[in-house]
Amino acid sequence: MDPDRGGGVGKVMNMELLLREQAPQVLSALVRHYGHFDLAEEAVQEALLAASQQWPTEGVPDNPRGWLIRVGSRRLTDLLRSETARRKREENVALQAAPEEFVATGPEIDEPAGRDDTLTLLFLCCHPALSAASQIALTLRAVGGLTTAQIAAAFLVPESTMAQRISRAKRSIKQAGSTFEMPPEAERDVRMGAVLHVLYLIFNEGYTASSGTNLHSAELTTEAIRLVRGVRRLLPDDGEVAGLLALMLLTDARRPARTDVDGTLIPLAEQDRSRWNRDAIVEGEALVTDALSRTQLGPYQVQAAIAAVHGTAERAEDTDWAQIVALYQVLEQISDNPMVRLNHAVAVAMATGPKEGLALLEPLDSDGRMKNHHRLEAVRAHLLEMSGDVEGARASYMLAARRTTSVPEQNYLKSRADKL
Amino acid sequence: MTVRMVTVKYMLLIYSNPESWASLSAEQREGLARAHHDLTRELTEQGMLVSSAGLADPITTRTVSVADDDSRTTTDGPYAEAKEHLAGFYLVECDDIDQAIDYAARMPDAKYVAVEVRPVMDTSGLEM
Repeated sequence: MDPDRGGGVGKVMNMELLLREQAPQVLSALVRHYGHFDLAEEAVQEALLAASQQWPTEGVPDNPRGWLIRVGSRRLTDLLRSETARRKREENVALQAAPEEFVATGPEIDEPAGRDDTLTLLFLCCHPALSAASQIALTLRAVGGLTTAQIAAAFLVPESTMAQRISRAKRSIKQAGSTFEMPPEAERDVRMGAVLHVLYLIFNEGYTASSGTNLHSAELTTEAIRLVRGVRRLLPDDGEVAGLLALMLLTDARRPARTDVDGTLIPLAEQDRSRWNRDAIVEGEALVTDALSRTQLGPYQVQAAIAAVHGTAERAEDTDWAQIVALYQVLEQISDNPMVRLNHAVAVAMATGPKEGLALLEPLDSDGRMKNHHRLEAVRAHLLEMSGDVEGARASYMLAARRTTSVPEQNYLKSRADKL
Repeated sequence: MTVRMVTVKYMLLIYSNPESWASLSAEQREGLARAHHDLTRELTEQGMLVSSAGLADPITTRTVSVADDDSRTTTDGPYAEAKEHLAGFYLVECDDIDQAIDYAARMPDAKYVAVEVRPVMDTSGLEM
Protein backbone atom coordinates (compact mmCIF):
# COMPACT_ATOMS: atom_id res chain seq x y z
CA MET A 1 0.00 0.00 0.00
CA ASP A 2 1.24 3.43 -0.85
CA PRO A 3 1.30 5.19 2.52
CA ASP A 4 0.75 8.57 0.88
CA ARG A 5 -2.60 7.47 -0.43
CA GLY A 6 -3.66 6.61 3.10
CA GLY A 7 -4.40 10.30 3.59
CA GLY A 8 -3.65 12.22 6.78
CA VAL A 9 -2.51 9.37 8.99
CA GLY A 10 -0.13 8.00 6.37
CA LYS A 11 1.37 11.43 5.86
CA VAL A 12 1.90 11.94 9.56
CA MET A 13 3.53 8.52 9.85
CA ASN A 14 5.83 9.29 6.93
CA MET A 15 6.75 12.61 8.45
CA GLU A 16 7.53 10.95 11.78
CA LEU A 17 9.74 8.36 10.12
CA LEU A 18 11.52 10.98 8.04
CA LEU A 19 12.23 12.95 11.19
CA ARG A 20 13.35 9.93 13.17
CA GLU A 21 15.74 8.86 10.42
CA GLN A 22 17.39 12.25 10.72
CA ALA A 23 17.70 12.06 14.51
CA PRO A 24 21.07 10.25 14.78
CA GLN A 25 22.57 12.32 11.95
CA VAL A 26 21.52 15.62 13.48
CA LEU A 27 22.68 14.57 16.94
CA SER A 28 26.08 13.44 15.60
CA ALA A 29 26.56 16.75 13.81
CA LEU A 30 25.78 18.72 16.96
CA VAL A 31 27.98 16.59 19.23
CA ARG A 32 30.90 16.73 16.81
CA HIS A 33 30.63 20.48 16.68
CA TYR A 34 29.77 21.43 20.25
CA GLY A 35 30.47 18.35 22.37
CA HIS A 36 28.02 18.12 25.30
CA PHE A 37 26.27 14.91 24.29
CA ASP A 38 23.67 15.23 27.06
CA LEU A 39 22.48 18.72 26.12
CA ALA A 40 22.82 18.09 22.38
CA GLU A 41 20.52 15.09 22.77
CA GLU A 42 17.98 17.34 24.50
CA ALA A 43 18.28 19.94 21.75
CA VAL A 44 17.70 17.37 19.00
CA GLN A 45 14.48 16.22 20.66
CA GLU A 46 13.29 19.81 20.70
CA ALA A 47 14.24 20.33 17.07
CA LEU A 48 12.32 17.17 16.12
CA LEU A 49 9.32 18.43 18.06
CA ALA A 50 9.51 21.84 16.36
CA ALA A 51 9.67 20.14 12.95
CA SER A 52 6.71 17.89 13.70
CA GLN A 53 4.69 21.00 14.57
CA GLN A 54 5.83 23.25 11.72
CA TRP A 55 6.39 21.01 8.71
CA PRO A 56 2.81 19.73 8.35
CA THR A 57 1.58 23.30 7.81
CA GLU A 58 4.65 25.03 6.35
CA GLY A 59 5.85 22.11 4.25
CA VAL A 60 9.03 20.04 4.50
CA PRO A 61 12.11 22.24 3.90
CA ASP A 62 14.36 21.48 0.91
CA ASN A 63 17.11 20.35 3.22
CA PRO A 64 15.39 18.74 6.21
CA ARG A 65 18.63 17.77 7.91
CA GLY A 66 20.09 21.26 7.53
CA TRP A 67 16.90 22.72 9.00
CA LEU A 68 17.03 20.35 11.99
CA ILE A 69 20.72 21.02 12.59
CA ARG A 70 20.11 24.76 12.49
CA VAL A 71 17.18 24.64 14.90
CA GLY A 72 19.01 22.12 17.11
CA SER A 73 22.14 24.32 17.23
CA ARG A 74 20.12 27.32 18.23
CA ARG A 75 18.41 25.35 20.97
CA LEU A 76 21.73 23.89 22.11
CA THR A 77 23.37 27.31 22.42
CA ASP A 78 20.40 28.36 24.57
CA LEU A 79 20.82 25.30 26.73
CA LEU A 80 24.56 25.85 27.04
CA ARG A 81 24.00 29.46 27.97
CA SER A 82 21.55 28.65 30.74
CA GLU A 83 23.79 25.81 31.89
CA THR A 84 26.70 28.25 32.13
CA ALA A 85 24.56 30.74 33.98
CA ARG A 86 23.39 28.05 36.37
CA ARG A 87 26.93 26.93 37.08
CA LYS A 88 28.08 30.49 37.51
CA ARG A 89 25.37 30.99 40.08
CA GLU A 90 26.31 27.75 41.80
CA GLU A 91 30.05 28.15 41.77
CA ASN A 92 30.11 31.91 41.73
CA VAL A 93 33.17 31.87 39.50
CA ALA A 94 33.72 32.77 35.89
CA LEU A 95 33.92 29.74 33.65
CA GLN A 96 36.54 29.28 30.99
CA ALA A 97 34.03 29.13 28.19
CA ALA A 98 32.14 32.38 27.91
CA PRO A 99 28.66 32.07 26.43
CA GLU A 100 29.76 34.30 23.52
CA GLU A 101 32.01 31.52 22.38
CA PHE A 102 29.03 29.35 21.60
CA VAL A 103 27.24 32.12 19.80
CA ALA A 104 30.32 32.97 17.76
CA THR A 105 30.43 29.47 16.26
CA GLY A 106 27.06 30.31 14.76
CA PRO A 107 24.30 27.92 13.90
CA GLU A 108 25.66 26.96 10.45
CA ILE A 109 27.43 23.62 10.59
CA ASP A 110 29.01 22.09 7.54
CA GLU A 111 27.77 18.57 7.27
CA PRO A 112 30.23 16.51 5.22
CA ALA A 113 28.20 14.55 2.70
CA GLY A 114 28.05 10.82 3.22
CA ARG A 115 29.40 10.92 6.74
CA ASP A 116 27.40 8.69 9.08
CA ASP A 117 28.22 8.55 12.76
CA THR A 118 25.28 6.39 13.78
CA LEU A 119 27.66 3.61 14.88
CA THR A 120 29.63 5.93 17.13
CA LEU A 121 26.35 7.05 18.61
CA LEU A 122 25.21 3.46 19.16
CA PHE A 123 28.47 2.62 20.91
CA LEU A 124 27.96 5.58 23.21
CA CYS A 125 24.32 4.71 24.01
CA CYS A 126 25.25 1.08 24.69
CA HIS A 127 28.10 2.10 26.97
CA PRO A 128 29.14 -0.64 29.45
CA ALA A 129 28.66 1.77 32.39
CA LEU A 130 24.88 1.59 31.80
CA SER A 131 22.34 -1.07 32.75
CA ALA A 132 20.58 -2.82 29.89
CA ALA A 133 17.37 -0.92 30.66
CA SER A 134 19.22 2.39 30.38
CA GLN A 135 21.07 1.38 27.22
CA ILE A 136 17.75 0.53 25.61
CA ALA A 137 16.02 3.74 26.67
CA LEU A 138 18.88 5.94 25.50
CA THR A 139 19.28 4.08 22.20
CA LEU A 140 15.59 4.45 21.41
CA ARG A 141 15.69 8.17 22.09
CA ALA A 142 19.07 9.22 20.70
CA VAL A 143 19.32 6.83 17.76
CA GLY A 144 15.68 5.92 17.23
CA GLY A 145 14.39 9.47 17.70
CA LEU A 146 11.48 8.29 19.85
CA THR A 147 10.13 10.62 22.50
CA THR A 148 10.35 9.80 26.19
CA ALA A 149 6.55 9.46 26.25
CA GLN A 150 6.65 6.86 23.46
CA ILE A 151 9.40 4.86 25.16
CA ALA A 152 7.61 5.01 28.51
CA ALA A 153 4.40 3.76 26.89
CA ALA A 154 6.24 0.85 25.29
CA PHE A 155 7.73 -0.24 28.60
CA LEU A 156 4.59 0.50 30.62
CA VAL A 157 6.24 2.84 33.09
CA PRO A 158 5.32 6.46 33.94
CA GLU A 159 6.91 9.05 31.67
CA SER A 160 8.70 10.62 34.66
CA THR A 161 10.36 7.28 35.47
CA MET A 162 11.61 6.96 31.90
CA ALA A 163 12.78 10.59 31.83
CA GLN A 164 14.81 9.96 34.99
CA ARG A 165 16.29 6.81 33.50
CA ILE A 166 17.40 8.66 30.38
CA SER A 167 18.97 11.61 32.20
CA ARG A 168 20.66 9.23 34.60
CA ALA A 169 22.08 7.30 31.63
CA LYS A 170 23.46 10.49 30.12
CA ARG A 171 25.02 11.48 33.44
CA SER A 172 26.65 8.06 33.77
CA ILE A 173 28.20 8.36 30.32
CA LYS A 174 29.53 11.77 31.23
CA GLN A 175 30.95 10.48 34.51
CA ALA A 176 32.59 7.56 32.72
CA GLY A 177 34.45 10.23 30.73
CA SER A 178 33.26 8.79 27.44
CA THR A 179 33.63 10.92 24.36
CA PHE A 180 32.02 10.84 20.96
CA GLU A 181 34.58 8.60 19.33
CA MET A 182 34.68 5.07 18.00
CA PRO A 183 35.92 2.70 20.75
CA PRO A 184 39.53 1.56 20.31
CA GLU A 185 40.02 -1.36 17.93
CA ALA A 186 40.79 -3.78 20.77
CA GLU A 187 37.43 -3.11 22.46
CA ARG A 188 35.37 -2.94 19.33
CA ASP A 189 34.21 -6.56 19.16
CA VAL A 190 32.99 -6.59 22.75
CA ARG A 191 31.30 -3.20 22.36
CA MET A 192 29.69 -4.32 19.10
CA GLY A 193 28.35 -7.34 20.96
CA ALA A 194 26.71 -4.98 23.46
CA VAL A 195 25.14 -2.92 20.66
CA LEU A 196 23.69 -5.99 18.95
CA HIS A 197 22.44 -7.33 22.28
CA VAL A 198 20.60 -4.08 23.01
CA LEU A 199 18.97 -4.14 19.57
CA TYR A 200 18.03 -7.77 20.17
CA LEU A 201 16.47 -6.91 23.54
CA ILE A 202 14.45 -4.10 21.98
CA PHE A 203 13.13 -6.56 19.42
CA ASN A 204 12.35 -9.16 22.06
CA GLU A 205 10.50 -6.68 24.21
CA GLY A 206 8.23 -5.90 21.28
CA TYR A 207 7.87 -9.45 20.07
CA THR A 208 6.73 -10.87 23.37
CA ALA A 209 4.08 -8.19 23.78
CA SER A 210 0.75 -9.76 22.96
CA SER A 211 -1.08 -8.15 20.10
CA GLY A 212 -4.29 -7.14 21.83
CA THR A 213 -3.10 -5.67 25.07
CA ASN A 214 0.01 -3.73 24.28
CA LEU A 215 0.22 -2.28 20.80
CA HIS A 216 2.88 0.24 21.69
CA SER A 217 5.39 -2.44 22.56
CA ALA A 218 4.76 -4.35 19.35
CA GLU A 219 6.09 -1.35 17.44
CA LEU A 220 9.44 -1.98 19.08
CA THR A 221 10.01 -4.93 16.74
CA THR A 222 9.63 -2.64 13.73
CA GLU A 223 11.95 -0.13 15.38
CA ALA A 224 14.58 -2.77 16.19
CA ILE A 225 14.51 -4.05 12.60
CA ARG A 226 14.85 -0.49 11.28
CA LEU A 227 17.86 0.15 13.54
CA VAL A 228 19.60 -3.12 12.59
CA ARG A 229 19.03 -2.33 8.90
CA GLY A 230 20.79 0.95 9.53
CA VAL A 231 23.76 -0.81 11.14
CA ARG A 232 23.88 -3.29 8.29
CA ARG A 233 24.12 -0.48 5.73
CA LEU A 234 27.25 0.66 7.56
CA LEU A 235 28.71 -2.82 8.12
CA PRO A 236 27.55 -4.95 5.17
CA ASP A 237 30.26 -7.58 5.76
CA ASP A 238 29.57 -8.21 9.43
CA GLY A 239 28.04 -11.70 9.67
CA GLU A 240 26.49 -11.19 13.09
CA VAL A 241 24.74 -7.99 12.05
CA ALA A 242 23.31 -9.89 9.08
CA GLY A 243 22.50 -12.81 11.39
CA LEU A 244 20.66 -10.60 13.85
CA LEU A 245 18.66 -8.93 11.09
CA ALA A 246 17.80 -12.35 9.66
CA LEU A 247 16.79 -13.65 13.10
CA MET A 248 14.51 -10.67 13.64
CA LEU A 249 12.90 -10.96 10.21
CA LEU A 250 12.35 -14.71 10.50
CA THR A 251 10.91 -14.40 14.01
CA ASP A 252 8.77 -11.38 13.25
CA ALA A 253 7.40 -13.19 10.19
CA ARG A 254 5.44 -15.39 12.60
CA ARG A 255 3.88 -12.49 14.47
CA PRO A 256 0.52 -12.52 12.62
CA ALA A 257 0.09 -16.22 13.50
CA ARG A 258 1.44 -16.43 17.02
CA THR A 259 -1.58 -15.06 18.85
CA ASP A 260 -5.33 -15.41 18.51
CA VAL A 261 -7.59 -12.39 18.08
CA ASP A 262 -8.01 -12.35 21.87
CA GLY A 263 -4.26 -12.51 22.52
CA THR A 264 -4.11 -16.24 23.27
CA LEU A 265 -0.67 -17.66 22.48
CA ILE A 266 -0.54 -20.24 19.69
CA PRO A 267 2.45 -22.62 19.79
CA LEU A 268 4.67 -22.89 16.73
CA ALA A 269 3.34 -26.35 15.82
CA GLU A 270 -0.26 -25.13 15.72
CA GLN A 271 0.20 -21.81 13.92
CA ASP A 272 -1.57 -21.15 10.63
CA ARG A 273 1.52 -20.91 8.46
CA SER A 274 -0.34 -19.24 5.62
CA ARG A 275 -0.40 -16.18 7.87
CA TRP A 276 3.38 -16.02 8.14
CA ASN A 277 5.00 -13.12 6.34
CA ARG A 278 6.59 -14.81 3.29
CA ASP A 279 8.63 -11.79 2.19
CA ALA A 280 10.29 -11.53 5.58
CA ILE A 281 11.08 -15.27 5.57
CA VAL A 282 12.61 -15.09 2.08
CA GLU A 283 14.69 -12.06 2.99
CA GLY A 284 15.80 -13.53 6.32
CA GLU A 285 16.75 -16.86 4.83
CA ALA A 286 18.76 -15.23 2.04
CA LEU A 287 20.57 -13.04 4.56
CA VAL A 288 21.56 -15.90 6.83
CA THR A 289 22.55 -18.19 3.98
CA ASP A 290 24.82 -15.51 2.58
CA ALA A 291 26.32 -14.71 6.00
CA LEU A 292 26.98 -18.37 6.81
CA SER A 293 28.77 -18.86 3.50
CA ARG A 294 31.18 -15.96 3.77
CA THR A 295 31.58 -14.59 7.30
CA GLN A 296 32.78 -15.80 10.67
CA LEU A 297 30.18 -17.93 12.43
CA GLY A 298 28.35 -16.42 15.40
CA PRO A 299 25.36 -17.13 17.63
CA TYR A 300 22.91 -14.80 15.85
CA GLN A 301 23.60 -16.52 12.55
CA VAL A 302 22.99 -19.95 14.06
CA GLN A 303 19.77 -18.83 15.73
CA ALA A 304 18.67 -17.31 12.44
CA ALA A 305 19.49 -20.57 10.67
CA ILE A 306 17.26 -22.43 13.15
CA ALA A 307 14.47 -19.91 12.60
CA ALA A 308 14.93 -20.38 8.84
CA VAL A 309 14.45 -24.17 9.14
CA HIS A 310 11.12 -23.51 10.90
CA GLY A 311 10.23 -20.75 8.47
CA THR A 312 10.71 -22.88 5.37
CA ALA A 313 8.80 -25.93 6.65
CA GLU A 314 5.45 -25.86 4.92
CA ARG A 315 3.72 -27.79 7.68
CA ALA A 316 4.86 -28.38 11.27
CA GLU A 317 5.36 -32.09 10.51
CA ASP A 318 7.72 -31.20 7.64
CA THR A 319 10.19 -29.56 10.06
CA ASP A 320 13.72 -30.89 9.61
CA TRP A 321 14.35 -31.58 13.31
CA ALA A 322 17.62 -33.42 12.66
CA GLN A 323 18.99 -30.25 11.11
CA ILE A 324 17.74 -28.20 14.07
CA VAL A 325 19.44 -30.61 16.51
CA ALA A 326 22.70 -30.20 14.60
CA LEU A 327 22.37 -26.40 14.70
CA TYR A 328 21.71 -26.43 18.46
CA GLN A 329 24.86 -28.51 18.93
CA VAL A 330 26.82 -25.82 17.10
CA LEU A 331 25.11 -23.10 19.14
CA GLU A 332 25.97 -24.87 22.41
CA GLN A 333 29.61 -24.84 21.44
CA ILE A 334 29.72 -21.13 20.72
CA SER A 335 27.43 -19.81 23.44
CA ASP A 336 27.03 -21.57 26.75
CA ASN A 337 23.52 -20.77 27.82
CA PRO A 338 21.05 -23.01 29.67
CA MET A 339 18.21 -21.68 27.49
CA VAL A 340 20.02 -23.05 24.44
CA ARG A 341 20.32 -26.44 26.14
CA LEU A 342 16.62 -26.36 26.93
CA ASN A 343 15.72 -25.71 23.30
CA HIS A 344 18.19 -28.37 22.24
CA ALA A 345 16.30 -30.87 24.43
CA VAL A 346 13.04 -29.97 22.65
CA ALA A 347 14.66 -30.50 19.25
CA VAL A 348 16.09 -33.88 20.33
CA ALA A 349 12.67 -34.95 21.59
CA MET A 350 11.14 -34.03 18.24
CA ALA A 351 13.90 -35.70 16.21
CA THR A 352 14.42 -38.84 18.31
CA GLY A 353 11.79 -39.16 21.01
CA PRO A 354 10.57 -37.69 24.32
CA LYS A 355 12.75 -39.98 26.51
CA GLU A 356 15.94 -38.67 24.92
CA GLY A 357 14.70 -35.11 25.34
CA LEU A 358 13.75 -35.65 28.99
CA ALA A 359 17.22 -37.07 29.68
CA LEU A 360 18.74 -33.78 28.48
CA LEU A 361 16.64 -31.86 31.01
CA GLU A 362 18.25 -33.60 33.97
CA PRO A 363 21.41 -31.49 34.15
CA LEU A 364 19.23 -28.35 33.97
CA ASP A 365 17.42 -29.40 37.16
CA SER A 366 20.59 -28.70 39.10
CA ASP A 367 21.46 -25.51 37.21
CA GLY A 368 20.82 -22.55 39.54
CA ARG A 369 19.78 -20.32 36.63
CA MET A 370 17.19 -22.78 35.38
CA LYS A 371 15.90 -25.08 38.09
CA ASN A 372 13.01 -22.81 39.12
CA HIS A 373 12.41 -21.39 35.65
CA HIS A 374 8.91 -21.84 34.30
CA ARG A 375 10.19 -22.70 30.82
CA LEU A 376 12.07 -25.74 32.08
CA GLU A 377 8.84 -26.98 33.65
CA ALA A 378 6.83 -26.10 30.53
CA VAL A 379 9.21 -28.09 28.32
CA ARG A 380 9.09 -31.01 30.75
CA ALA A 381 5.29 -30.89 30.60
CA HIS A 382 5.30 -31.02 26.78
CA LEU A 383 7.77 -33.91 26.70
CA LEU A 384 5.86 -35.85 29.38
CA GLU A 385 2.68 -35.31 27.37
CA MET A 386 4.47 -36.64 24.26
CA SER A 387 5.59 -39.70 26.22
CA GLY A 388 2.02 -40.43 27.37
CA ASP A 389 2.57 -39.58 31.05
CA VAL A 390 -0.68 -37.66 31.53
CA GLU A 391 -0.43 -37.19 35.30
CA GLY A 392 3.18 -36.04 35.15
CA ALA A 393 2.42 -33.69 32.28
CA ARG A 394 -0.53 -32.12 34.10
CA ALA A 395 1.53 -31.55 37.26
CA SER A 396 4.33 -29.94 35.25
CA TYR A 397 1.96 -27.71 33.26
CA MET A 398 0.38 -26.51 36.51
CA LEU A 399 3.74 -25.87 38.14
CA ALA A 400 4.94 -23.97 35.06
CA ALA A 401 1.71 -21.94 35.09
CA ARG A 402 2.34 -20.95 38.71
CA ARG A 403 5.92 -20.01 38.01
CA THR A 404 5.50 -17.78 34.96
CA THR A 405 4.94 -14.06 35.43
CA SER A 406 3.30 -13.75 32.01
CA VAL A 407 -0.51 -13.75 31.81
CA PRO A 408 -0.74 -15.15 28.25
CA GLU A 409 1.79 -17.88 29.05
CA GLN A 410 -0.12 -18.78 32.19
CA ASN A 411 -3.38 -19.02 30.27
CA TYR A 412 -1.72 -21.20 27.64
CA LEU A 413 -0.17 -23.55 30.21
CA LYS A 414 -3.45 -23.88 32.13
CA SER A 415 -5.34 -24.67 28.96
CA ARG A 416 -2.80 -27.38 28.05
CA ALA A 417 -3.31 -28.94 31.47
CA ASP A 418 -7.12 -28.72 31.08
CA LYS A 419 -7.00 -30.51 27.72
CA LEU A 420 -5.23 -33.56 29.16
CA MET B 1 17.59 -17.43 22.67
CA THR B 2 17.10 -15.36 25.73
CA VAL B 3 13.47 -15.11 26.67
CA ARG B 4 13.95 -12.93 29.69
CA MET B 5 12.46 -9.48 29.63
CA VAL B 6 14.91 -6.64 30.07
CA THR B 7 13.37 -5.47 33.30
CA VAL B 8 10.68 -6.88 35.49
CA LYS B 9 8.43 -5.00 37.81
CA TYR B 10 8.57 -6.09 41.41
CA MET B 11 6.29 -5.26 44.28
CA LEU B 12 8.13 -4.76 47.54
CA LEU B 13 5.53 -5.39 50.23
CA ILE B 14 6.40 -3.98 53.62
CA TYR B 15 5.01 -5.86 56.61
CA SER B 16 4.61 -4.50 60.08
CA ASN B 17 2.81 -5.42 63.29
CA PRO B 18 1.35 -3.26 66.05
CA GLU B 19 3.91 -4.42 68.63
CA SER B 20 6.93 -3.70 66.49
CA TRP B 21 5.57 -0.29 65.58
CA ALA B 22 4.70 0.60 69.20
CA SER B 23 8.12 -0.43 70.42
CA LEU B 24 9.99 1.91 68.07
CA SER B 25 11.73 4.84 69.73
CA ALA B 26 11.39 8.35 68.31
CA GLU B 27 14.89 7.96 66.99
CA GLN B 28 14.04 4.71 65.23
CA ARG B 29 10.91 6.23 63.70
CA GLU B 30 13.00 9.09 62.38
CA GLY B 31 15.52 6.61 61.01
CA LEU B 32 12.69 4.76 59.29
CA ALA B 33 11.39 7.93 57.66
CA ARG B 34 14.88 8.94 56.58
CA ALA B 35 15.67 5.53 55.11
CA HIS B 36 12.48 5.58 53.02
CA HIS B 37 13.07 9.14 51.95
CA ASP B 38 16.60 8.26 50.77
CA LEU B 39 15.46 5.08 49.08
CA THR B 40 12.64 6.86 47.25
CA ARG B 41 15.03 9.53 46.07
CA GLU B 42 17.59 7.03 44.86
CA LEU B 43 15.02 4.86 43.06
CA THR B 44 13.52 7.96 41.44
CA GLU B 45 16.90 9.23 40.27
CA GLN B 46 17.75 5.83 38.83
CA GLY B 47 14.51 5.80 36.86
CA MET B 48 13.37 2.63 38.61
CA LEU B 49 10.48 3.78 40.76
CA VAL B 50 7.04 3.21 39.25
CA SER B 51 5.05 3.98 42.38
CA SER B 52 5.20 3.81 46.15
CA ALA B 53 2.99 4.55 49.13
CA GLY B 54 2.62 4.00 52.82
CA LEU B 55 -0.71 2.59 53.99
CA ALA B 56 -2.79 3.88 56.89
CA ASP B 57 -3.00 1.86 60.09
CA PRO B 58 -5.10 -1.32 59.72
CA ILE B 59 -7.47 0.11 62.31
CA THR B 60 -8.82 2.27 59.46
CA THR B 61 -9.41 -0.68 57.12
CA ARG B 62 -12.86 -1.66 55.89
CA THR B 63 -13.30 -5.06 54.28
CA VAL B 64 -16.01 -5.62 51.71
CA SER B 65 -17.39 -8.89 50.41
CA VAL B 66 -20.17 -9.50 47.93
CA ALA B 67 -22.39 -12.58 48.12
CA ASP B 68 -23.85 -14.57 45.21
CA ASP B 69 -27.04 -12.50 45.32
CA ASP B 70 -24.85 -9.37 44.98
CA SER B 71 -25.59 -8.25 48.52
CA ARG B 72 -22.72 -6.45 50.13
CA THR B 73 -21.25 -6.84 53.60
CA THR B 74 -18.75 -4.37 54.98
CA THR B 75 -16.84 -5.02 58.17
CA ASP B 76 -14.35 -2.97 60.14
CA GLY B 77 -10.78 -4.22 60.14
CA PRO B 78 -8.61 -6.27 57.82
CA TYR B 79 -9.66 -9.41 55.93
CA ALA B 80 -6.99 -11.75 57.22
CA GLU B 81 -6.61 -12.52 60.91
CA ALA B 82 -2.87 -12.09 61.08
CA LYS B 83 -0.38 -10.55 63.44
CA GLU B 84 1.35 -8.82 60.53
CA HIS B 85 -0.24 -6.35 58.16
CA LEU B 86 0.73 -4.63 54.96
CA ALA B 87 2.15 -1.24 55.85
CA GLY B 88 3.29 0.04 52.49
CA PHE B 89 4.67 -0.86 49.10
CA TYR B 90 7.11 0.08 46.37
CA LEU B 91 6.54 -0.84 42.74
CA VAL B 92 9.98 -0.86 41.13
CA GLU B 93 11.47 -1.89 37.82
CA CYS B 94 14.61 -3.94 38.35
CA ASP B 95 17.04 -5.94 36.22
CA ASP B 96 16.31 -9.05 38.26
CA ILE B 97 14.93 -10.26 41.58
CA ASP B 98 18.33 -10.01 43.29
CA GLN B 99 18.44 -6.29 42.66
CA ALA B 100 14.91 -5.97 44.07
CA ILE B 101 15.94 -7.99 47.14
CA ASP B 102 18.89 -5.67 47.71
CA TYR B 103 16.55 -2.66 47.81
CA ALA B 104 14.12 -4.47 50.13
CA ALA B 105 16.99 -5.31 52.47
CA ARG B 106 17.78 -1.62 52.85
CA MET B 107 14.41 -0.90 54.44
CA PRO B 108 14.56 -0.84 58.25
CA ASP B 109 11.18 -2.63 58.11
CA ALA B 110 13.09 -5.73 57.00
CA LYS B 111 14.81 -5.60 60.36
CA TYR B 112 11.63 -4.98 62.39
CA VAL B 113 9.36 -7.49 60.60
CA ALA B 114 9.91 -8.38 56.93
CA VAL B 115 9.63 -7.18 53.36
CA GLU B 116 8.22 -9.45 50.68
CA VAL B 117 9.48 -9.26 47.08
CA ARG B 118 7.06 -10.43 44.39
CA PRO B 119 7.27 -10.21 40.60
CA VAL B 120 4.36 -8.45 38.91
CA MET B 121 2.49 -10.31 36.17
CA ASP B 122 3.17 -9.17 32.66
CA THR B 123 0.88 -9.08 29.65
CA SER B 124 3.75 -10.10 27.38
CA GLY B 125 4.35 -13.71 26.53
CA LEU B 126 6.35 -15.99 24.31
CA GLU B 127 5.05 -18.73 22.08
CA MET B 128 5.92 -22.13 23.50
